[in-house]
Order: sequence, then C-alpha cells, then structure tokens
Amino acid sequence: MNTDAASRVAARRDYRRFLARHSFIEMPARERARAILDPGSFRELLGPFDRIKSPWLPLQGIVAQADDGVVLARGTLSGEPALVAAIESAYQGGSMGEVSGAKIAGALELACRDCEQGRPVLPVLLLETGGVRLQEANLGLAAIAEIHAAIVALRRHVPVVGVIAGMVGCFGGMSLAAALCSHLLVTRQARLGMNGPEVIEQEAGIVELDAADRALIWSLIGGEQRRAVGLADDLLEDDAEAIAAAVRGAFARGMPALERSAQVEHYLERLATIDPQQPLDGKMLRALWNEGTAP
Amino acid sequence: MSAEPSLSQRGRVWFEALTGDAGAIASGLRSVCVADADLGGQPARFIAVVPDAQNRFPRARTGEVGIDEGWALAFHVRHAIAADRDAARRPIIAVVDVTSQAYGRREELLGIHLACAAAADAYASARLAGHPVISLLVGKAMSGAFLAHGYQANRIIALDSPEVMVHAMGKQAAARVTRRSVAELEMLGETFAPMAYDIRSFAKLGLLYKLISGIDADAPERTDVERVRAELCRAIADTRAGTHGLASRLTSPAARESRVASIEVRRRLAEQWDAA
Repeated sequence: MNTDAASRVAARRDYRRFLARHSFIEMPARERARAILDPGSFRELLGPFDRIKSPWLPLQGIVAQADDGVVLARGTLSGEPALVAAIESAYQGGSMGEVSGAKIAGALELACRDCEQGRPVLPVLLLETGGVRLQEANLGLAAIAEIHAAIVALRRHVPVVGVIAGMVGCFGGMSLAAALCSHLLVTRQARLGMNGPEVIEQEAGIVELDAADRALIWSLIGGEQRRAVGLADDLLEDDAEAIAAAVRGAFARGMPALERSAQVEHYLERLATIDPQQPLDGKMLRALWNEGTAP
Repeated sequence: MSAEPSLSQRGRVWFEALTGDAGAIASGLRSVCVADADLGGQPARFIAVVPDAQNRFPRARTGEVGIDEGWALAFHVRHAIAADRDAARRPIIAVVDVTSQAYGRREELLGIHLACAAAADAYASARLAGHPVISLLVGKAMSGAFLAHGYQANRIIALDSPEVMVHAMGKQAAARVTRRSVAELEMLGETFAPMAYDIRSFAKLGLLYKLISGIDADAPERTDVERVRAELCRAIADTRAGTHGLASRLTSPAARESRVASIEVRRRLAEQWDAA
C-alpha cells in the first residue's frame, strides 16, 4: 500500500471514529451518569419518583422539577464502588438550590462516612452549573459551603474527580468546588470561572469584559486554556467513552502529592510573576505559566 | 456599574479592637490583616480582609476578596495549622466584612476561583485538624467572598446591625439576573427568609450560632468588645466539645424549621445509600 492509500484509509478510520463517537455534551445528566459508570451498574438515589422538589420555587410561581436538577447514582467504576453526582444544566441553568445542593453535599458526606469505615467510594462530580440558584439564595450558598466542606473532608481518603464538559460550564460558588477536586477533566467546550462573563460585564462594565465576545471568553476561561496553564488536568474530546475512560484514568493516578488548592507556595510564586499594570491575555499567561501540569 | 459610596471600615475597626497592637503579622498585603492575640487566656489567630485603595489589582480595592487576598488567606491559615501540628490547636477567628469577590477579566484569567477555593480549603483543613474556626460577621458577608473567608467556620457569630448582611449576589446584579426590580427583590426577601439580605433573616435559617444585639458596630465601646470576646470564647468552647464538621448548621432549632428539605434529603439519602 502506498502512503497515499494509507492516509486515505487512516482518514476513513478517523471519520468512522468521529461518527461512532457519542457526544457527552448532548447527554442530559442522567445519561451522563450512566455513561460514566460501569455498564449495568447505575442505581439512582433520590430519583424523580421520590419527588423531593424545591420547596421554594413553587412559592415564587416557578414549576419545580422532581429531581431538582441533580442526578445521584451509585454504581461501579472498573468494579469499585462509586458515586456520580451529575448536574442537569437544562433545569434552572444547573443552579444550586436547597435540595440540589443538599443532594450533592449529603451524598459526598455519606461517601466520606463509608471511606472512614474502610469502604472506599470513588466520587465523580459532573459539573454544569451557573452557581447559586438566586431564588433560593442563602440556602443555595449554604449548601455550596457544605459541598466544599465535604470535598475537602473526602479528599483525605480518595481522589475526588470533577468533569466539566460544557456547554454551560461551571461558575459561581461551584467553580470553587471544581477547584477543590483532586483531578479536574475538561473539554474544549467547557468554561470554568468564578464570575460568569455577563456578571462581570454588569458589575465592571463592557470595557472590562464584552460578554458577547465568545472567542475572548474561551481564550480566558475555556477548557483548553485552563489545561494549558495547569488549572485543569486533562483536556478531552466530547466523547462519552473517552470521558468515562479518563475518569477511570484519573482514579488510577491516585491522590495528588499536593492538592491544587493547597499549592500555596507554588501559586504565590506564579502570582509574583504577574504585573497587573501590564496587559495580559490567555496566550501571554500560557507563556508565563507554561508548565501545563501541577508540580 | 456598582460603586460603593464609602468604604466600610468595620473589618479593620473590629480587627484592631480585638487584637490591639499585639502580635501583628506582616501579611505582605495591606488588604489582609493577620495577628496572633490573646483571646480568653489563649492565643488565637485573627484574620480580616479590608479595603486597600492602592491594591495592585484595581478590581480588589474596596474590600473584595481578590486573587492575592485568597492566596494570602490560605497562606496564613495554613501557617497556623503547620505551627500547631504538635501543639494545642489555636482558634482561628475570621473577622468578616467582605463586599464580594473581585469581578474582573484578569481575575478570571488568573484563576480567582482557585484562589478562593484555596482559602476555603485552608479554613476547612484547619477545622478538620482540630482548630476551632469561628467567623465574626461585622459587615457584609457576600457570595464568593464569604465562601472564601468565613463560611467554612465551625461557628458563625454576627453583630445585629443593618449593615451586616449575607447573600449570594449583590442586590442590583441579583435583580438583573432574576429579571426583577430591586423593590420586588426586597419584597420577596421579606416573604422568604433565604432571599433576604439582612442578618436577622439569615439568623432564621439556623446557620448562625449567635446574633449579638446592642453593640455599636461602627465604633465599639470597650464593653462591646468584651461582650464579643466572651461570645467568641463561648463558640470556641462549644466547638471544642463537638465535632470538626458543619453538622451544627443542620441541628440547630432554627435549622429544623427552615432547612427542612436539607435535613430530609440527607435522611432519605442515607436510607437509599446501600442497595437493598
């Protein structure tokens, strides 16, 4: 076979691989959780038939969904007991209310209890959220603080793996939850930021940030940029099988020597290289912080 | 655009009132105050974030928790953990008057989410290591800034004053995001405690250990300071007698009224956790 024919075969194979790919981004939360866990092992906790809804939304004339936008599933990952918490971005923007927040915090607390009793549970967070649900304001914020507490406690026993696939991304208080994860997996479509672009534009003006400039937004907080400067660990294609495999790979790597959110000296050194008087964009930061992976 | 008419000095006022001139530690930032000072006969670490009009990051000049502040908080909390590894765990007191996290393009690029997470991580780690961590709310405790500085505490204490507030987002921005007017938002807050900004409403949620009334929050008298010290000591003793987690936020009498769903979710989750 000459090289021309070989490359045609390879191209056809790539094309077939592309067609065979199952988009993870297009899946709703329940399917995402199912796609991550070992086949046939998915068992939902507090599912729609348990009808635990937001007590606050109906009081404000908003229809409450029966799972409050969070799917919790027990199952296995390569045969090991696991927990997946998947946020449904199609419901209220994936926002954290009292119930959705308590579901995630409560599940992580139980996983921690099991770990303390010598029965490890591998926790996976599928993060797709704008942060606090403002209709439940302080109860959402309180739940997010409890999620942070649970991740920090659980991380002492097992790695906590976070996935941001897109297209909503991960913002607000939940961006801190992503930052607390031992391993953070992102796609090119993912965004990870504390303040959503619209909020920055509103609070600081369009001169600070034009929220409609999508290329600019992704160059600052997109998955590829986050991976390039070491604020995420793996950059993945939008492929359910590849993401499921990467989650297993992350657990196989075990606990990081030092969790990213505990790398104080490293980040103080990094910030010492920054002069806020000088212009800075995504590309320039890659050059300054060009190491890709955590130490 | 939101512009504060005047910068709150409460963080600095209370930090100085509680620590005096004692034990100040150079934090390297004018916006982060740290001191080890006596509290009821034992050393405690006090930490406050205060406005710094010359902050090198322009969007963190009015009392926000910015990139530098987040990492500095993490550094000074972790310093106390390391110093007490083989000794009595000193209490850590977060004096809270934080208007918000810093909103800026540069902040996002540099990972303000990680800086705030690093601070939350440090406070939570201190708690898990056995340090009593107490938050004292003397002004605003807003959103991501509170998550970074104060919300991981074992016990939260607040001064009963109209300027003491807890919320997920400033009123103007929250109104825009939820497509309501500020007046509507305020009315909703009067009906639903979780949506209110004032500390008395927050106290109804069961997340607060103590609301201290009758204090001059802007210019505390000596007796005011002594009362607050006594409450801090009570919270420390209560923490030392209990667990390292945040369970008290679900077991308080007010939480049993207001956080019914938070409790119910956990109860039913525990029932379903192990397969039948």
